[in-house]
Amino acid sequence: MNRRDFIDHVGWTGAGIAWTLSASGLMTAVASARGPSDGGLTFVQISDSHIGFSRPENPDVVGTLQKTIDAINAMAQQPAFVVHTGDLTHLSKPAQFDTVKSMLGTLKAPLVAMPGEHDVIGGADAYNAAFGTKDAPNGWRSFDRNGVHFVVLVNVFNFEIDGKLGQDQIDWVSKDLAAQKSSTPIVVFGHVPLYALYPQWGWTTEDGAAVLALLQRFDAVTVLNGHIHQVIQHTEGNIRFATAASTAYPQPAPGTAEKPGPLMVPAGGLLGVIGYRTVQLASGSPASVKDDPLAPLAVTATPAA
Amino acid sequence: MIALLTALVLAVTTAPNPIPAAPAPAFVVHIKDFAYAPAPLRIHVGDTVKFINDDEEPHTVTATDKSFDSTALDTNGTWTHTFTKAGTFAYFCELHPYMKATVIVTTAPSAALTGAGA
Repeated sequence: MNRRDFIDHVGWTGAGIAWTLSASGLMTAVASARGPSDGGLTFVQISDSHIGFSRPENPDVVGTLQKTIDAINAMAQQPAFVVHTGDLTHLSKPAQFDTVKSMLGTLKAPLVAMPGEHDVIGGADAYNAAFGTKDAPNGWRSFDRNGVHFVVLVNVFNFEIDGKLGQDQIDWVSKDLAAQKSSTPIVVFGHVPLYALYPQWGWTTEDGAAVLALLQRFDAVTVLNGHIHQVIQHTEGNIRFATAASTAYPQPAPGTAEKPGPLMVPAGGLLGVIGYRTVQLASGSPASVKDDPLAPLAVTATPAA
Repeated sequence: MIALLTALVLAVTTAPNPIPAAPAPAFVVHIKDFAYAPAPLRIHVGDTVKFINDDEEPHTVTATDKSFDSTALDTNGTWTHTFTKAGTFAYFCELHPYMKATVIVTTAPSAALTGAGA
């Protein structure tokens, strides 16, 4: 076993949660993400960096985001892009946007960003000044890469009743998807989970069902969200959902605490529960999603002689 | 005139600080355990309310009709607002929209007196 294989091996057995979805809808573990091949592509998802947060659950959110960026920049095969699924800042302050924007600017791969509710407190001006997209003033947009159709949703601008898309955005999604073939792989990004993951804590998009209905005719749909600071996977028919870990701090599993919020982990354990996700899409085969913490949980790996 | 002088003397002798500060808000709403208290809050036109975030999570005090907005209040953050119109004002937290409360503002019985304090 050479060094590279060993690192891959440790990365999977020690740190990664890797799974893939077969056509039957069953999840199976996959060994590790390889580089893109014939028409496929690899991208990375990060989320919930909360720059400006400074409480004991993570007094150094800049440091943990930097570790995340370093890990991504060190990938031998650079991803096609890095998507940040929101809550870039903690309190929507211009200085917090300045910090996170300059940090993410050091990524080798292009950045795709969208706001979380922490990025639009008191309005979206500060977010738009830092990350706004001129050709998509409302934030929602789509793009195509290597035969995959990517849709970026914003479900935090009408946040009075949990996550909400609003009719304008749903109408736009309807038109956007109507132009796609059913065989085209679809990947949807948004901050708040698009389905009712745990409405008791606001972990749902009130009008998400309207978009999920539009997605049903496609062969393979992947919906990637943030907001809840933990990896939760879920499947409904042809749609597979996966929420991502935070780069800052974890939150309790649904229903395991009185309220959601920053979760204090035992000393030394934080880097084992925050991190980033690598998504690999290959034409003709199911996508694989691999979640890597910033540091492996305690594991003893014995390299083969 | 005597009454005015007395008032001035009283004001000077009782002031803890030589620099006159803004009048202390008579009403305080605490944000604790993801709830506003007291709620509803009943006040009069011209009253000033101080909102204090006692939680470890940030919160906002945002009018449903957007007529006022504290923007983000971090832990121990405060925001003060003077209600100048009568009415029932619903507000919520932009970060936790299930947190809702109201301020009920009625016309003051003696607005002139209340207003003279400044």
